[in-house]
Amino acid sequence: MKYFNTLFILLSVALLFVSGIVSAGTLDNVKKKGFIQVGVNQGLFGFASADDKGEWKGLDVDTAKAISCAVFGTPDKLKFIPLSAQTRFTALQSGEIDVLTRNATRTLSRESQLGLNFVTVNYYDGQGFMVPKSLGVKSAKELSGATVCVLQGTTTEQNAADYFKKNGMAWKPVVVESTPAIQQAFFSGRCDCMTSDASQLAGLRTSAPKPADYVLLPEVISKEPLAPAVRHGDDQWYDIVNFSVLAMIQAEEYGITSKNVDAMLKTEDPEIKRFLGVTPGNGEALGLDEKFAYNIVKHVGNYGEVFDRNVGPSTPLAIERGMNALWTNGGLMYSPPFK
Amino acid sequence: MQKDRTSEPIWTNAVFRATVYQIAAISIVALTAYYLFTNTTANLAKQSIATGFGFLSRESSFEIGESVLSFSSSDTYLKALAMGALNTIKVSLIGIVLTVLLGIFVGIARLSTNWLVSRIAAVYIEVLQDIPVLLQLYFWYTIFNNVMPSPRQAVIPFNGMVLCNRGVYFGIPADHPAFLWMGYAFILTCIVIFFIRRWAKKRQEQTGQIFPVFTVSTALIVLFPLAAWFVMGAPTEMNMPTLKGFNFEGGYNVSPEFGSLLLGLVLYTSAFVAEIVRAGIQAIAKGQREAAESLGLRSIFIMNLVILPQALRVIIPPLTSQLLNLTKNSSLAVAIGYPDFVSISNTTISQTGQAIEGVAIIMIMYLTISLLTSMFMNWYNAKMALVER
Repeated sequence: MKYFNTLFILLSVALLFVSGIVSAGTLDNVKKKGFIQVGVNQGLFGFASADDKGEWKGLDVDTAKAISCAVFGTPDKLKFIPLSAQTRFTALQSGEIDVLTRNATRTLSRESQLGLNFVTVNYYDGQGFMVPKSLGVKSAKELSGATVCVLQGTTTEQNAADYFKKNGMAWKPVVVESTPAIQQAFFSGRCDCMTSDASQLAGLRTSAPKPADYVLLPEVISKEPLAPAVRHGDDQWYDIVNFSVLAMIQAEEYGITSKNVDAMLKTEDPEIKRFLGVTPGNGEALGLDEKFAYNIVKHVGNYGEVFDRNVGPSTPLAIERGMNALWTNGGLMYSPPFK
Repeated sequence: MQKDRTSEPIWTNAVFRATVYQIAAISIVALTAYYLFTNTTANLAKQSIATGFGFLSRESSFEIGESVLSFSSSDTYLKALAMGALNTIKVSLIGIVLTVLLGIFVGIARLSTNWLVSRIAAVYIEVLQDIPVLLQLYFWYTIFNNVMPSPRQAVIPFNGMVLCNRGVYFGIPADHPAFLWMGYAFILTCIVIFFIRRWAKKRQEQTGQIFPVFTVSTALIVLFPLAAWFVMGAPTEMNMPTLKGFNFEGGYNVSPEFGSLLLGLVLYTSAFVAEIVRAGIQAIAKGQREAAESLGLRSIFIMNLVILPQALRVIIPPLTSQLLNLTKNSSLAVAIGYPDFVSISNTTISQTGQAIEGVAIIMIMYLTISLLTSMFMNWYNAKMALVER
């Protein structure tokens, strides 16, 4: 909780005090350690949450697994470090973690002032509103005078303030730090409306007494490109993390899945041969095994598989691909060529 | 017998050695601090992380749910933090007053010769002391949210009070200059009463005659402001809460967050205060009460003139630490959505990313509040302490 956060920030600051920062050579460091330290959400269903056996699952977790496959050839060389919204960037800055895959929005100030580099987006999100059906509200424009539950610790408060100001509407925020407390408050009727990233709202709705009683309003009021992040100053590590994400997207575009990847090794398509490392070159360029993309697809799957497994229509979150579809299907997922 | 100091070598002199040790210790601390500071600054600069307190004058661009003064998203971070600080001070001050009153009441009830009263007080103390305060806050917040109806089905027990899950609304007198003058009259009365008390005490010491200070003060404190109100035209217009759109507007609103926080903190801390009060009263030798009784003093005078002045000396130091605990525990507000100082600081940190500065401000703020409370309580303690003649 809060004390933990404060303590964590202090500890991280203490690390800043004493250690010269490990800015270069993250790959060597990671190989020496034998595992990658990954910052993940403390519990966000569909993105990163530990199941009843203590195993981490979710889209962000699968992204981390892809990085592990790229570096070590297997998806299990990971140490997950759950981080709150306040502690996540400090943990990365201080070297506590090697990579942050924790639904973090890429913004100018984070990229510049915080000394971070965000890689390719692994989920395009946007802030939305959820209301009880009984309120009879059809659009966010009708929310003037509403009391709004806001989950603390992201860009959410600012987006909401901007939106209500822009539309000249009065409102009253109730800003709560913990997810259980805000769920309880919202579902018992403390607020007229709740705002957060649409993916989070979908997740929170599953915990409602009657999920069907709540609807998401059509307005999406912000751009939230969620992307993994690394520290400034280690370009090789940046490339590895970046192309681990891109490999999943590219695999989907090629139609390679975890099921057919072995068969694909025998293809005559020169692009796919290069992609899977049958024709060497890509791995060496990144300082990785030639089979890094093969390993990612084999053990984790392509982006479409990862999406469907964690947040897709067959899961309780039931989120459509939308912006997260491939560019060939009208979405934003696009990978540069693997050559 | 005093030895001739000049013949001794200087390093055997205790004062000299103590000074040297202290200079050495201070230097080590200062050098360490300097090293840590420069090293951190260098590390931050190397990673091009923004530092400094420049962000305080930038636009905050977020809203605060409830604040003592008016605030909007175009105000600066500095003002946002000030609003958070005021909210913390508000809940702490009201909490401290209520805690002391309730604590004394329960503490005395615990000592009651009535079996039922003392048992109820004992159960109250044991139950509330033993449940973590965060849990109690969640409990009251949940109760508040689940028991209260929505604004459209609000309960109105009588005209001028509304209960719903947006909080408790009270009708308050509408703005009028008369109320400002009532405030002035009140302050003036307090000053007058102060002098009446001094005069009464002096007269009692000289002549032995007792002046009814309490009755006169009560009368003055009611009559003076009332007179001011009449002179200014006796306004009776009320500002009543009315349902508009989603919520009630007008009146005075006690939000569920503030209400649960205050309730949780007061109940929790007052259990500790009750035990401190009981310990303080029991620390007074039985003979004191018996002696007072044998003088024929009324029981209220025995408590006020004999027992409490002595008990307070035992009570004040541990009471201070409980009141500081209450102030610091108020930072748990963040868990139930009351915009206290920590909550606002957290938002500031996550928006600006300047965690080091943010945490530093939090620490300075709580240190200042705690030191001020300590200073006041130490002053009060010194005033109450046994004066040896």
